[in-house]
Amino acid sequence: MLDQAKRKAMLRQMILIRAFEEKLEELYQRKAMFGSTHSYRGQEAIAVGVCSALQATDLIASYHRGTGHLIAKGADLYTLLCECMGRADGYSKGRGGKMHMGDLAFGFLGNTGTVGGTVPTATGAALAAKVRGSKEVVVSFFGDGAANQGVVHEAMNMAGVWKLPVIYVCENNQYAMTVSLEKSTAVKQLSVRGQAYGFEGKTIDGNDVEAVCEATQAAAAKGRGSGGATFLECVTYRWDGHFGGDPGTGYRSKEEVEAWKQKCPIKKLKEKLIQEGHLTEQEFAKMSADVYAELDEVAKRAEAAPLPKKEVDLSGVYAVTEVADG
Amino acid sequence: MAKLTMVEAINLALRQEMEKDPRVLLLGEDVGRNGGVFRVTQGLLDTFGETRVMDTPLSESAIVGVAIGMAVYGLRPVAEIQFEGFVYAAMEQLADHAGRIRTRSRGRYHCPLVVRLPYGGGIRAPEHHSDSNEAYFVHTPGIKVVVPSTPYESKGLFVAALRDPDPVIFMEPKKIYRSLREEVPEEEYLIPLGESRIVLEGTDITLITWGAMLQPTLQAAMLMEKSGTSAEVLDLRTLSPLDTESMIESVKKTHRAVVVHEAPATCGVGAEIVARINEKALVHLEAPVERVTGFDTVMPLPKLEKYYLPSAERVVDAVNRVISF
Repeated sequence: MLDQAKRKAMLRQMILIRAFEEKLEELYQRKAMFGSTHSYRGQEAIAVGVCSALQATDLIASYHRGTGHLIAKGADLYTLLCECMGRADGYSKGRGGKMHMGDLAFGFLGNTGTVGGTVPTATGAALAAKVRGSKEVVVSFFGDGAANQGVVHEAMNMAGVWKLPVIYVCENNQYAMTVSLEKSTAVKQLSVRGQAYGFEGKTIDGNDVEAVCEATQAAAAKGRGSGGATFLECVTYRWDGHFGGDPGTGYRSKEEVEAWKQKCPIKKLKEKLIQEGHLTEQEFAKMSADVYAELDEVAKRAEAAPLPKKEVDLSGVYAVTEVADG
Repeated sequence: MAKLTMVEAINLALRQEMEKDPRVLLLGEDVGRNGGVFRVTQGLLDTFGETRVMDTPLSESAIVGVAIGMAVYGLRPVAEIQFEGFVYAAMEQLADHAGRIRTRSRGRYHCPLVVRLPYGGGIRAPEHHSDSNEAYFVHTPGIKVVVPSTPYESKGLFVAALRDPDPVIFMEPKKIYRSLREEVPEEEYLIPLGESRIVLEGTDITLITWGAMLQPTLQAAMLMEKSGTSAEVLDLRTLSPLDTESMIESVKKTHRAVVVHEAPATCGVGAEIVARINEKALVHLEAPVERVTGFDTVMPLPKLEKYYLPSAERVVDAVNRVISF
């Protein structure tokens, strides 16, 4: 059982991620954001549940729908929002956008727009931890669509062969853009694939932040104890379209979306906490208002931040000097 | 000083670097027990053990991808792709990730990764074992491309590649893996990336080449000398970054140039070289720059291999056309 302070912190963080996604959507609609959005609304419990089970030195690798993972792992909101908005103060100095960042300072190996592309990166970092005998665990976030990429299969097989401390967190949100899992994947439960790579595969409720946290804690303890990899299929649903320009209605029914909204991860924890007497409606309303107000402040600062200079910046392409050894 | 083949020279470089730096490790198909298809990693498993010499599954994409993860997280992996024709499976990891780690993090972290890639024709192998596919990587920002032309060169360039903070594709010309021997010092030496070398000084024409094609190009230069033409032969060593300055300097002296490479002509690295010469030294030219290359088709079966690859005779023909223009 998680303690009450931790449960409340997880609730607050889920609200923050949702508020962040809504802010991005607002900015995107009024063209204040560059690139595109890929809303994480509805999936917040996975980022929060997984990252709250990790230690600060543990690592994550993410994908295009990844802002929630970064926030949960400890990204600075202002720097993150600046990057999404193409501002010079962003993680990639406003030149990468929300899908192309990386900062090991908070254990973030990077994200990318090529689906499945960072799964081997996470696997390699886990191999590095094993080679060095350090005790970090690495989480590889990816979606149900990425599960069908060849490189994901290759990397997971290596993790199985070499017993690597990696947790494959598959966020099964039911659709790879517009194509349903049913139409793209021959098995109903993706977690059965763990068996094919010689490690445990589990399907859990991805909207239950506590269940996600506890499953990750177990997987992380196993990884740290040289017990190898785990495949965690977190079943969830993407409330919004694939990206900002997709209403998400052409390939799924309103009823289906509505039914999943009833399984809202924030609502689920909130009601549980209230029922158990650990939270009141007033406290929740205040928590929520505070988070949205905090984010408004951050957004104001980010909108006032400078844009990158109009110049061809090749400084990041190659290292200018040798990296210091050691 | 021992006379070594290129296979032995790279093996020596690997062994010495692994002894010096515990972060260096190898992974690839059959690199362990078998010592690699070409025996470049022979004996290293016995010395360094399975943690540092890893036989991998047949998974080119994840070999490169996992090496990226290790490089980002503090190790110095050397990944071997068994034959250059197998590297296309790993292109996504190379182009989308290895080459972008620095820009993605704005220099906050590096990707010090070497991908060893035996390449090229001339060993009577089938087509996927005979490509000369350097242009794909030269075209990819964030990746460096090194092609040694002799055993001595291969050791110095390999050590430099391994210690470089950026991802390097180290292309090993199979044709001269064992056909040349030369003195290779035990002692450490580095040949800096991005600096070409003049192999032969001359005054009448500049022959620009790299890798296995240095040999027919030098033969051509000898043949030309007999007929009174003095050729300067430039070995590029590194194709990315490209040592433009040295090429231009030489062309300004000789006023003529021919580029020799075994890859197909279209969009090959020769095209880039000609473009740079035109941009920076057009007024110094007495004749258009010619290219002697492979053909715009896949490598034929061994019976026609010699016809496909540039020969000394083809180089001489091109030189004669350029001289008499």
